[in-house]
Amino acid sequence: MIRRSPLEEGRLARAALIGIAVMFMAVVVVLPLGVVFIEAFKAGLGAWAEAVIEPDARAAIKLTLLVAAIAVPLNMIFGIAAAWAIAKHDFRGKSLLLSLIDLPFSVSPVVSGLIYVLLFGAQGWFGPWLLSNDIQIIFAVPGILLATIFVTFPFVARELIPLMQEQGRSDEEAALSLGANGWQAFWYVTLPNIRWGLLYGVLLCNARAMGEFGAVSVVSGHIRGETNTMPLHVEVLYNEYNFVAAFAVASLLALLALVTLALKSFLEWRHRDAIAAMGH
Amino acid sequence: MSIRIENVSKRFAEFPALDNVSLRLEEGEFVALVGPSGSGKTTLLRLIAGLDFPDTGLIRFGDKDVTSLPAAKRGIGFVFQHYALFNHMTVARNIAFGLDIQPRARRPARDAIQARVTELLALVQLPGLEDRFPAQLSGGQRQRVALARALARDPAILLLDEPFGALDARVRRELRKSLRAIHDAVGVTSILVTHDHEEAFGLADRVAILNDGKVEQFATPEELMANPASPFVKTFIE
Repeated sequence: MIRRSPLEEGRLARAALIGIAVMFMAVVVVLPLGVVFIEAFKAGLGAWAEAVIEPDARAAIKLTLLVAAIAVPLNMIFGIAAAWAIAKHDFRGKSLLLSLIDLPFSVSPVVSGLIYVLLFGAQGWFGPWLLSNDIQIIFAVPGILLATIFVTFPFVARELIPLMQEQGRSDEEAALSLGANGWQAFWYVTLPNIRWGLLYGVLLCNARAMGEFGAVSVVSGHIRGETNTMPLHVEVLYNEYNFVAAFAVASLLALLALVTLALKSFLEWRHRDAIAAMGH
Repeated sequence: MSIRIENVSKRFAEFPALDNVSLRLEEGEFVALVGPSGSGKTTLLRLIAGLDFPDTGLIRFGDKDVTSLPAAKRGIGFVFQHYALFNHMTVARNIAFGLDIQPRARRPARDAIQARVTELLALVQLPGLEDRFPAQLSGGQRQRVALARALARDPAILLLDEPFGALDARVRRELRKSLRAIHDAVGVTSILVTHDHEEAFGLADRVAILNDGKVEQFATPEELMANPASPFVKTFIE
């Protein structure tokens, strides 16, 4: 008689479940990612490097990093503020605010981009005013920034709200009863309590900010060397049948994502004792 | 510090949590607020702490009107049912928190804070646990640390919200004894919220029995047993 945990299925069922999970991961995640790298290096390291350091590609990389460097910190601040307000306070219109935060997730990215064209484009509501003041938003970096911020703003807030709701208010109340002001309670108590959730939210936000295609595509205008981000540059190259270059830039984009993932795992490993002590 | 609560009312959404409550606590007294859940005892404690504010009525500490003073400025210590220790800080940093965050001009020197932590850990009978994290302690030990933390700034008033609620019976008895000994040694005015009238009778000098947002009776345990003021009190303490 083989002893086993009452929750455990038979050996066959277990093998089947694991097999399905592994197969699915292989087909849906590993294979495509592998193809990107294989195609990228098919013509050799030289061709890969050439495609990546070519001026238009460099401009696209720079723009992508710039957009992420502005959008991510802004959304981090917004996300913390929104989560703090929703989880730790009661006010009228709370559920409305919650739905608004979810809006970018439920709206198609193309629509998100179009909103800005309708607002700031030449034929848009503010178009004539912007034109007469010589301010360009659409088909320029500000538009790309706005679209990216819009699409990525739920990530941090969505990560933090359930966490902060679960943690409740008593830690902050304890800090207040010990003489802390609101800022001290936030800095010394709330922020350390949410730091892992915050890190995760920021990494997800960053991955999406660098990878966003739809919304950015609508407002960018695809001007090579000026308003092309990395995802847009990949598409331009691909449409020109320049597959090696397209996959080379795509592999770099994938690499950036893998680096953020590795960074997260590294931090979790470095601070594993602290995470265990926090109890989650 | 004596505490006076005068005609305090508080409503949450539609139901009244406290309905025109008045109480007068003497300096150095140990008072328990007892009642079934929803009777308003925790609400009253939070109003005294400054974690909530009354709709009408006054709260005075000594001669001072503190009704709208926030918790941080009331000079109280508060102990929570689920400890509310800061999990990312050691026991020593938890206890020292109220001292560490003071503005530089008023903050005690580092070794004075260190000495205070050692003294408080001795008071709550956990000497030598300075460098542990809360996750490495048992429930009873955590609540002792929370008690030490609440006492660090020498509060005149100690407020305890069901502090033994999450502990098993044996630990609860031990902690009860310690709490009364600490109260007598430190000389604070203490208010304990509990739903367990035996706990209240065993600990407190006087007990206020609350029901439906009103104080049914406020008296010594002996008097409550001898002359219950209402049928509710009579059945509640049986």
